[in-house]
Amino acid sequence: MGNDKMRMTKWKPTGLALAAIVTTAAVAFAVPSAMAQRDPAYAAARAAGQIGEQPDGYLGFATAPTPAIRALVQDLNIKRKAAYTASAQSTGSTVEQFAFTSGCNLIAQTKPGEKYQTPGGAWKTRDAGPPERDARCP
Amino acid sequence: MKTTKTGARRLAIGGRCVAAMTGMWALAGCVQIDTPDKPIEINLNINIRQEVVYRLDGDAKKLIEQNSEIF
Repeated sequence: MGNDKMRMTKWKPTGLALAAIVTTAAVAFAVPSAMAQRDPAYAAARAAGQIGEQPDGYLGFATAPTPAIRALVQDLNIKRKAAYTASAQSTGSTVEQFAFTSGCNLIAQTKPGEKYQTPGGAWKTRDAGPPERDARCP
Repeated sequence: MKTTKTGARRLAIGGRCVAAMTGMWALAGCVQIDTPDKPIEINLNINIRQEVVYRLDGDAKKLIEQNSEIF
């Protein structure tokens, strides 16, 4: 695909950028959420323990964030809120209730080494044992 | 002289009655204002009840699974 275009150095950056956009769009729309992967920057920040799961269903900063990480988390939290809002409407609950229930699950699903926030507000690293969650979590 | 004294006493009693009634009225007014405020505060405190969390749990799991890129 576009081999002759790639040879023309003048068009190379545009071609690459276009290819990247097309690939992203293809991944985003052709494979709708079935086995969608985490953004590598997000996965890295999670694994490094810079960000973690909060009891309210949103991501938070376990350590002072860089501007890039702050932007990444804000973007993900906006997307999460949109998803919670849609689910809350279809289940006849409030966004807060649905987000909280999701938070229970997201903390339960954290992998050892990842960060999560306790009901008291402290950041903890997930170990092999069960995480410290709100008493209302199933 | 005597009649004016009685008249003054009557006036004073009447005034006290009016004051007491106004006081009671004000009190009743206070209670009426307070009652709608209280339940709202309580509702905020127990906004998320356990039974609601249990009911939504299945849907929350589904949402997380179907949107794994943002979770």
